Amino acid sequence: MSMDRREFIKIAGLSTLFGLGGKGAFELLRPGVLDAAEHGHGAHTQEKPQKPEIRWGMVIDVEKCSEPGVVDKCIKACHSTHNIPDFGNSKNQVKWLWQDDYEHTFAGNENAYMDDHVKELPFLCLCNHCDEPPCVRVCPTKATFRRPDGVVAMDYHRCIGCRFCMAACPYGSRSFNWFDPRDALNEKEYNMEFPTRMRGVVEKCNFCVERLAKNQMPACVEAAPQALAFGNLADPDSNVRQILRKRSSMRRKLELGTKPSVFYLV
Amino acid sequence: MYDAWKILVGLAIFLGLFTFAFWMNAGKAAPIPEPKIDTPEIKKMAEAERKCVEDKHFMRTTHMQLLNHLRDQALREGNREYINQEGKKYHISLQNTCMKCHSNKKDFCDKCHNYAGVSPYCWDCHIAPIEQPKGNEL
Repeated sequence: MSMDRREFIKIAGLSTLFGLGGKGAFELLRPGVLDAAEHGHGAHTQEKPQKPEIRWGMVIDVEKCSEPGVVDKCIKACHSTHNIPDFGNSKNQVKWLWQDDYEHTFAGNENAYMDDHVKELPFLCLCNHCDEPPCVRVCPTKATFRRPDGVVAMDYHRCIGCRFCMAACPYGSRSFNWFDPRDALNEKEYNMEFPTRMRGVVEKCNFCVERLAKNQMPACVEAAPQALAFGNLADPDSNVRQILRKRSSMRRKLELGTKPSVFYLV
Repeated sequence: MYDAWKILVGLAIFLGLFTFAFWMNAGKAAPIPEPKIDTPEIKKMAEAERKCVEDKHFMRTTHMQLLNHLRDQALREGNREYINQEGKKYHISLQNTCMKCHSNKKDFCDKCHNYAGVSPYCWDCHIAPIEQPKGNEL
């Protein structure tokens, strides 16, 4: 096919128009189609009930945690309930509930001349079960998801071990199973009512959903009820809301907008 | 054809080796598995009530779909109660409900799974009940 100069300029002009027009040109020919493809599904559109009836949250009295044995008791209760392995090194550590100091727990919030006492308090760290969990947004298989009651849960059947969630979580609450956890667990000390995990999945604190389903308190709260309180943040008369009304509290890395549901009283 | 007998002998040996698995196992069909349901927990039940969450035929053919469905219902929807066809309620839990009765994984689950050559990954995470080795029972 031969093409004269006039024909060539016509085609080039039309191409430029569509090229520069981009989305606008699309919109002209097939209105609405492009938008649907872009926003059809994804974490952003995940429905969130306007006013949930239950929103689980935890209050940690750090002062009371500093009493001897309290922190260890909580961690032990959590670990034995959920069959959490101890590989004996921090690289392979599986963290559900662990202890850290003020500097690391509230990184970026240190005052220049801080109270020595607060600096040395033991802070119990766990998954914050955020209102806007970044781990859920990045999970490609929806293995981690936010339940309507606020618990950020894991479905280990779906986890492919990509560790995006570990990169997304600003609290370091997620751990990867580099090895079969059963290698580091004592068979005789299994909690037969709860599974272990397998090699190659990410795990974290589950706010004891399996215990909540049976109307029991989370294992750590049961171990140290004087230091930890657990309850419904959506109910203004609940135990946690009453505590929070009386005492000033802190939450971790609020500036990131994740809206954590674990409150620290200092 | 050059070296006809060499080729024919070679072919015969090849065919013999190739079909080895067939004539080695000819006439030796694996016995149909019979999963055992004689665990102490099941024996404790009255004869009339001795049944699984659904009827035997349904469980035999559809337990995999049911398990998948119940898994999603319990874990993702947070609803850990199963109401069966007869209206009876059960707590959904592989380790705490299913395996409480079927505490003999080796003689129950594995029997058919080995026969069918399937290896479900349940036990990578879920802890199978502790089974006494044969002969140590009271």
